[in-house]
Amino acid sequence: MAASVRLLVRQAIRLSHRNITVTAAGVSARPPCRCFSESAEERSTHFGFETVPEAEKAKRVYKVFENVAQKYDIMNDAMSLGIHRLWKDMLLHAMHPQPGARLLDVAGGTGDISFRFLEYVRSQRERQQRRAVRFGQTLSWQDISNSYSTIETDGPRESTAVVCDINKEMLKVGKEKAESLGIIAGLSWVVGDAEELPFDDDQFDIYTIAFGIRNVTHIDQALQEALRVLKPGGRFMCLEFSKVTNPLLARLYDAYSFQMIPVLGEVIAGDWKSYQYLVESIRKFPSQEEFKSMIEDAGFYCVQYYNFTGGVVALHSGFKL
Amino acid sequence: MWLLIPFRWINRRRHCFTVSKVVCVQQLHSSSTEFTNIHYDGLYPGHIPTTAVQKALLSIGSGVAALQNPYRHDMVAVLGETTGHLALIKLRDRMRNDPEGYAVLTERPRIRLSTLDLTKMASLPDGSFGREYLRFLEDNDVTPDSRADVKFVDNEELAYVMQRYREVHDLLHTLLGMPTNMLGEVAVKWFEAAQTGLPMCALGAVLGPLRLNASRLQSLFTSLGPWALQSGRRARCVLSIFYERRWEQSLEDLRLELNIEPPPVIPKAKKKT
Repeated sequence: MAASVRLLVRQAIRLSHRNITVTAAGVSARPPCRCFSESAEERSTHFGFETVPEAEKAKRVYKVFENVAQKYDIMNDAMSLGIHRLWKDMLLHAMHPQPGARLLDVAGGTGDISFRFLEYVRSQRERQQRRAVRFGQTLSWQDISNSYSTIETDGPRESTAVVCDINKEMLKVGKEKAESLGIIAGLSWVVGDAEELPFDDDQFDIYTIAFGIRNVTHIDQALQEALRVLKPGGRFMCLEFSKVTNPLLARLYDAYSFQMIPVLGEVIAGDWKSYQYLVESIRKFPSQEEFKSMIEDAGFYCVQYYNFTGGVVALHSGFKL
Repeated sequence: MWLLIPFRWINRRRHCFTVSKVVCVQQLHSSSTEFTNIHYDGLYPGHIPTTAVQKALLSIGSGVAALQNPYRHDMVAVLGETTGHLALIKLRDRMRNDPEGYAVLTERPRIRLSTLDLTKMASLPDGSFGREYLRFLEDNDVTPDSRADVKFVDNEELAYVMQRYREVHDLLHTLLGMPTNMLGEVAVKWFEAAQTGLPMCALGAVLGPLRLNASRLQSLFTSLGPWALQSGRRARCVLSIFYERRWEQSLEDLRLELNIEPPPVIPKAKKKT
């Protein structure tokens, strides 16, 4: 009951925020390419370099990922020359999850982050057990008999990872991958919208969204949902393509993005336009500092970001306190 | 015949952004009128504007992909589009200089199942072009609708010439009497290479035989190949024919008119190579 009232209040606040931003946009100078009038319902947003109505963006993003799902992992390896694996490993390293942690991997699609998470906590658990065994070899007989009695009690809490994605095709590919890797325990797959997560408040220790938040129509809503479902003390982590600071690297990166990536998309996946959208959507995403203030506005504390590969990818992290 | 587009290190970044800005403006105008997925940017539906560097990369990538997996018809198509600029211009000029070809260029007929009157074609007498074409479609289990659309040709008329070439390919099989197995396809490629000068046809003509077994290679080099090359060189431009008006014409008659000799040997229409 209290939860639903809280939800209603939050939604009311959100709606009033939206109205305020609309009127603010109306008062300030309009961007030069707006040549038709817009009502409050027909707001536009960007889809790559294109301008589309907000309602359409979600549909078109859905179609893009439906098309690329089968070749998603191959394309990631081809486009980043395998470096995306390092980025995801660095995310896990920064996360340093402990056994018993609950992860929500939003826009988790093919499950890369969740698989790494489960692997990480599994090796952490093994390390803990090995340490316990080592110390246990010098215990007194009293301690040893005490430890026997704890075997019947509940074991330590198992870590779980929930993969949440709006796109069923991506989840399907992820499930198949999990089966082929033999990862079943502690993993669940949920269809859900990052702007309106199908979870209760205060559920998860860690919330991650890797290379997904730039496809969300209302990033601020996604951030607020993240705040809601995290436990107090929970951590928000977002891995996303960002702005390259070094000008020479930026030129090389732009040239590579616009010349090479759609070509790779056409040759490997037979789909030029989806990968054109990909590189354009990266350009449209806010910079590291801007995104950091968006996260702070949503209510997270101790927000930091780390640049990888010269700013090609940035990891933003914040805590719910 | 192989012409590698020279790498021009133009200021790609500025060019990219101007291209995308132009694209953005065009899309805004179209998206203001129809919020559907049918709006297109570029010169014709399905056109994707590309820079010279992108075309070069595409031609290399699609060439490799097509060699690795010859069943990727879309890669063969992309290879043809990105390497065929000069050949397409020559073809278009040949069509313009021919009265029937000029009619094709202005009226822009398309060969699709929706535009063909199949019942009427089935009722035509045996030996007529339309009836034989239908027989070819049935025997080899193909459909004219499986041709990919042209994407990377940056001129609307040349894009139509390319599309016409693709759609005429099946008709060529009928005219030459070649089935769709590997040997038949290679023979048609030799004919097309001699006729059109498209680099993709030349590449297919050179690399196709690598997949043939010894007996077929022999058949190709001794009888089929020379016949295909000679016919290709001597024949009238096959793209200049308004096939849609010639279904009732007898096949022999059409071959005479186009200066194509009947095939010396007809390879059996097996599905496997």
